[in-house]
Amino acid sequence: MVALAEGVAAPLRRRRLYPERSGLRRIPLVIWVFLGLGTAMEAFWVAWPALNTFYYSFTRWDGIGQKVWVGFGNYRGLLHDPVFGKALLDNCIWVVGFGGLSLVLGLLFALALDKPRRGVGVYRALIYLPLVFSLVVTGLFWQTLYKPSGPLDTLLSAVGLGGLEQQWLTQPHLVLYSLLVAAIWHEVGYIMVLYLAGLKAADPELAQASQIDGATGLQRLFFVTLPQLREVNLIVLAIVVIDSLRTFDIVWVMTGGGPNNASQLLSVDMYTEAFSDLQLGYASAIAVVIFLLTVGFVMFLVSRMVKADR
Amino acid sequence: MPRSSRSLTLRRSRFHLLMAPISLIWCLPVIFTVIVSFRSFTDIIEHGLGGLPHSFSTAAYSAAISGVGTGGEGRALLNSTLITVPTVVVMLLLSSMAAFALSRYQIPGRRAIVAVMLTGNLLPPQVLLVPVVRMVQSLGIFNHLIAPILVQIGFGMGFYTFVLYGFMRTLPEALTEAAHIDGASPVSIYWHIIMPLVRPALAGLAALAATWTFSDFIFAISTLQSSSTFPVTVFLFNFQTLYASSWNVIAAGAVLAALPTAAIFLVFQRQMISGLLLGSVK
Repeated sequence: MVALAEGVAAPLRRRRLYPERSGLRRIPLVIWVFLGLGTAMEAFWVAWPALNTFYYSFTRWDGIGQKVWVGFGNYRGLLHDPVFGKALLDNCIWVVGFGGLSLVLGLLFALALDKPRRGVGVYRALIYLPLVFSLVVTGLFWQTLYKPSGPLDTLLSAVGLGGLEQQWLTQPHLVLYSLLVAAIWHEVGYIMVLYLAGLKAADPELAQASQIDGATGLQRLFFVTLPQLREVNLIVLAIVVIDSLRTFDIVWVMTGGGPNNASQLLSVDMYTEAFSDLQLGYASAIAVVIFLLTVGFVMFLVSRMVKADR
Repeated sequence: MPRSSRSLTLRRSRFHLLMAPISLIWCLPVIFTVIVSFRSFTDIIEHGLGGLPHSFSTAAYSAAISGVGTGGEGRALLNSTLITVPTVVVMLLLSSMAAFALSRYQIPGRRAIVAVMLTGNLLPPQVLLVPVVRMVQSLGIFNHLIAPILVQIGFGMGFYTFVLYGFMRTLPEALTEAAHIDGASPVSIYWHIIMPLVRPALAGLAALAATWTFSDFIFAISTLQSSSTFPVTVFLFNFQTLYASSWNVIAAGAVLAALPTAAIFLVFQRQMISGLLLGSVK
């Protein structure tokens, strides 16, 4: 889960709220040490590896022998790799399905549970409970549910929908969507929290005024409430897309990308190439693709935020 | 008047009629897993995994904790804790120090530094994985708990620094100016003035960081190798292949692994939610 993206818009807004401070002029040595420790940690464990990934992606390397420089060879290989193609396609479906449904469900729950009334706290807690489980645990919960003639199948036949019984995790055309549901279940609570905060910040007088003017509930939603959530929308979008591109744990635990690559995602493909097939150079090229997709999308969103901020 | 109060009651019950079943369905994966975890193996064989429970047994939990051939879930939970506690403490300490320097002193290009640090945190962990494993190996800490600890501290630094930087900037400048004029050292300003004021933010961040560190899978599975060092996430992953047919034992293992983070959530719910929102929405 990335909560990491959530702050993207904040400094842009804060800039106006809290103008540049004078600060303390002279910077004591100890302050440089304060700053240096943390930045050194990040430089060592994030920046340096990230640069190395770029370098590795231009080599052929099994992790033991010498690295062989192959230029763009790995990237050309990706173009003709059906597994990578499948992973890219699945990841696109994942971005749209996971992102879209998490956003819509999170918003719907937030709208339903926005007003304080009896029981709201309990409902909210239940909706965001999945958020606190690791994705591995979430995967195992859903695996139990999806087992052949397991709880889900039994429940379906009990309510007269026995015809819908499925091999949820082994049917190639279905497995990706079965995983999608589990991943969305884990994400929605987080999105709801963000939208609840957005709704809280929305101006209640606007809603009241429009109600007095005779706007229907739906009109109020589309013309009064949603426009005020534009900023939250962008943050939510950034979070769900970044989370889509890093999805790994839940797939690795539930299917490992199978059966027969039917639930292959970019990070799963990358991990398999790196640690099962020991194609470290090739895996690094996939990692660079994931990197570029993430950075491209985040930059696109940040530019939208800057525009929205003006 | 009576009409409006009647419609209020109607609306109220409509709300519960809608939300109660939805939240129940929402919790089904948890409910089913808990039920399965308390059934005996013979009961599952006889009545099916989806059947109504005919037994109540904690055998699955004992089996998961002793976990023959896997080092046991007790050990794994301990490893998770041994990774989580130092990670959270050091990460929050270092990031609050960096945030203090960046928010209270005229460090040249500080806004750019914060932005770059945050960007590092937005990267998918997969991008770093291959080099990180190489680095861990050449440092001689592969398969030691310190490996995922260091990696996660480095990876989390950007986010926590960013959030604390935003929080510290909202504290009035006069506080530190006055202490500075009174001759307080930067370290004592940080520790005695700023840190007590950011305590609410730190509480939320600590709860969040603990949950996320405890949930880490990809860094642990890449830097650790033997069952004696595996945290509970990696343990469960191996466990489910080893115990593939003992669903009740896997379910019990999942429930046990969910308990610590669920407990953090129950105790620190409000702080966690505010932690999630820090720096995101005003």
